[in-house]
Amino acid sequence: MKGLKKKIDSVKPQFEKGGKFEKLHSVFDGFYTFLFTPNETSGSGVHIHDSNDSKRTMIMVVIALLPCCLFGMWNVGLQHALAIGDTDHSLLHLFFYGFWAVLPQILTAYIVGLGIEFVVAQIRGHEIQEGFLVSGILIPMICPVETPCWMLAVAVAFAVIFAKEVFGGTGYNFLNVALVTRAFLFFAYPSQMSGDHVFVSLGESAAVDGFSGATPLGQLASSAGQAEVLGVTGSPLSLADMFLGLYPGSWGETSTLCILIGLAILLATGIASWRIIVSGVVGALLMSVLANNFATPLYPVTYLSPVEQLCLGGFAFAIVFMATDPVTACRTNIGKYIYGFLIGAIAIIIRCYNTGYPEGAMLAVLLMNCFAPLIDYCVVNANINRRLKRTIVKN
Amino acid sequence: MAEIIRIKKGLDIPLSGKPSSEVKADNKTTLFAICPDDFPGPVWKAVVKPGDSVAAGDPLLKDKAYGKILLVSPVSGTVTEVKRGERRHIDYISIIKQQDDSNAENRPKASSPEQIRQAMLESGLWAMMRQRPYDIVPDPEVAPRDIFVTSFDSAPLAPEMLDAENTKWLEKGLRALAKLTTGKVFLGVKAGSSISSQAATVYEFEGPHPAGNVGTQIAAIKPVNKGETVWTLDAVTAAKIGKLCEEGKLDFSVSVALTGPLVKNPHIVSTFAGAALSGLLDGQLKSDSDIRIISGNVLTGIKTSKDGFLHYPYRQITVIQEGNHADEFMGWASVSPMKYSVKRSFPAFLRGLSKPFDFDARIKGGHRAMILSGEYDKVFPFDIYPEYLLKAIIAGDIDRMEKLGIYEVAPEDFALPEFVDTSKIELQKIVREGLDNLRKELS
Repeated sequence: MKGLKKKIDSVKPQFEKGGKFEKLHSVFDGFYTFLFTPNETSGSGVHIHDSNDSKRTMIMVVIALLPCCLFGMWNVGLQHALAIGDTDHSLLHLFFYGFWAVLPQILTAYIVGLGIEFVVAQIRGHEIQEGFLVSGILIPMICPVETPCWMLAVAVAFAVIFAKEVFGGTGYNFLNVALVTRAFLFFAYPSQMSGDHVFVSLGESAAVDGFSGATPLGQLASSAGQAEVLGVTGSPLSLADMFLGLYPGSWGETSTLCILIGLAILLATGIASWRIIVSGVVGALLMSVLANNFATPLYPVTYLSPVEQLCLGGFAFAIVFMATDPVTACRTNIGKYIYGFLIGAIAIIIRCYNTGYPEGAMLAVLLMNCFAPLIDYCVVNANINRRLKRTIVKN
Repeated sequence: MAEIIRIKKGLDIPLSGKPSSEVKADNKTTLFAICPDDFPGPVWKAVVKPGDSVAAGDPLLKDKAYGKILLVSPVSGTVTEVKRGERRHIDYISIIKQQDDSNAENRPKASSPEQIRQAMLESGLWAMMRQRPYDIVPDPEVAPRDIFVTSFDSAPLAPEMLDAENTKWLEKGLRALAKLTTGKVFLGVKAGSSISSQAATVYEFEGPHPAGNVGTQIAAIKPVNKGETVWTLDAVTAAKIGKLCEEGKLDFSVSVALTGPLVKNPHIVSTFAGAALSGLLDGQLKSDSDIRIISGNVLTGIKTSKDGFLHYPYRQITVIQEGNHADEFMGWASVSPMKYSVKRSFPAFLRGLSKPFDFDARIKGGHRAMILSGEYDKVFPFDIYPEYLLKAIIAGDIDRMEKLGIYEVAPEDFALPEFVDTSKIELQKIVREGLDNLRKELS
């Protein structure tokens, strides 16, 4: 490694001010710090530091996402095989079908997003920030498998520029970048982003008879009255199928089991806030119980049991990976409970009572992103008042 | 029985190089120095010039505003240098010791409040106290609401604060201090300690660092409000005040722990305040290159070198690897069990996070905006939202700083948050600048 380091150090001056590739300084710096942890030592204050840095933090989130990601690829293959009546269900066959189906999306998200990050970092003279390492994998995972890459590119560009960079970059955005991308796709291209065909990759083949590519929540939203939730081949979905994620949907978020594995990693490393997740699940369960008690054919989703509500759609994924984004969530501990609870409750309300939107988790998180600073404001103000009261009592 | 207060938020950083209780006397050191920057607040003026001979306890510097607060020579000898930096700022005044009488005796005994104040101001012991707000040398014109004394240091590798000699004088010192306030003197002791006091109200503190920080103790006992001033000091200074007032003896001897992963046999050395480090460290280090010598502990100490001096509070020296040639390949992907993190994002927790680690001085990452939330709160035992206070300081919003509790804090209270910070922000520097700006604006 010493040789590599020497080699890179020898070309370094060309990327510095006045060098031949001055304009690529941020990019060079990004790769340099990726390869070699900076040797910078502390200049003021404490002399030693915890080993955790923002690169490690983001990598841990990506690792936590891997089970969902790998399962999602396999499930894309499985749904495809079921839809076209392919009987070859070997693991690798299904996995690689899904892998090739989603790879262009992943590449698109990373290339467009990181490209913008690099340019902005260069213009501002910043180091490249790692936030998009997570967003870049999250974005394809919460999109339908058949999302055209150009739409994804437009949406990613919009989200990175208008939801993040205009506010100052990672750490300053108030909306979750991945969700803004998803919302942009949902509202800008509504017809392409819903319906029977976007959630299942058919490839060149024709679908079998009885095929339905709609997501479980999509089916319910458009049904009249109490309906059964069906898989792609038209057979009913069991609770186990829902928990494992064997149904069509945005490809990375169907498996509650894999989300739980990711959750375990996030909680063990202390990166995600358990407060948000616990209160989010409590909020969703309470709301589902309420909705289920007053179930009505007018709103068919209300017939889902609370457990089904937790397993289906993007709720579990959103509460574990989206709501816990530290930058856009509440930053005070008390605020986190309120924030999580409201996300859970609002997600289920939208899901149940707004048939126009089959899934409410995305909108619930975005809505609460907007309210997070207000919640924190109130919590911090309570602290201020406590301090003021101390003086008043004394006098 | 003293009331026991449990500090839950905090962290004991497992740095290797804990000192043994062995005490060696330092007879070699002849060069000593007083660094006025160790005593923030006043503008210091030199009252000696190179070549002057001084006795132990004679003034070297005095404050510009009142001309009452003195910094004194710890030894008898000749002033060798008044080292100035930019804009004639005094870096240090060094004295070469010529006589062996570093106990300045025969100073007037003090029993009335006015005598005690006078004795403290003239002996340099006044400058060893701090006041909150602002964490500076106390303003002699302002009477304190209360006085807080801590009798233990919980920082990484910190030695026992009180030796037998100082313990003997502590009560006398507390009694003298009690005469200087209409409020109370509070003494914070480690849980299970045998220290008791008639003159002060004793609280026992249990839990991780910063339980021994006087700021933590104030927050738990009686926080500072706007418009109030409290004094803080350590028990060693209190004991010296006791000895001075009772017997007229000014004692400059100090026990310094040589600590840290690069010290061969971490132990305690008895010497005098401001000793040159070259003699103390001679033959004690495992390596001579790529090292960082810190006068103090790793959280709040002052970076110095082998040519440097012991800085206030004259208690500890820590030597660690500098590490600026580490060239760690893809450190973010490391699975080394030797990389300490409270986050468990490194496998070190499998090895046991309480086993000693060899830290180096690298910041181990890049500077970022605040990203993770709640990191600081876990190691910050105050009823304050540190993140919001820091943001108010950065924004220069004085009204909000006041509301969020800036009067209650000192930079050292932010040392642990700075250590755990994923975004590697220099929090203590921000707080110091915030306090200085606030003082300038409000004076």
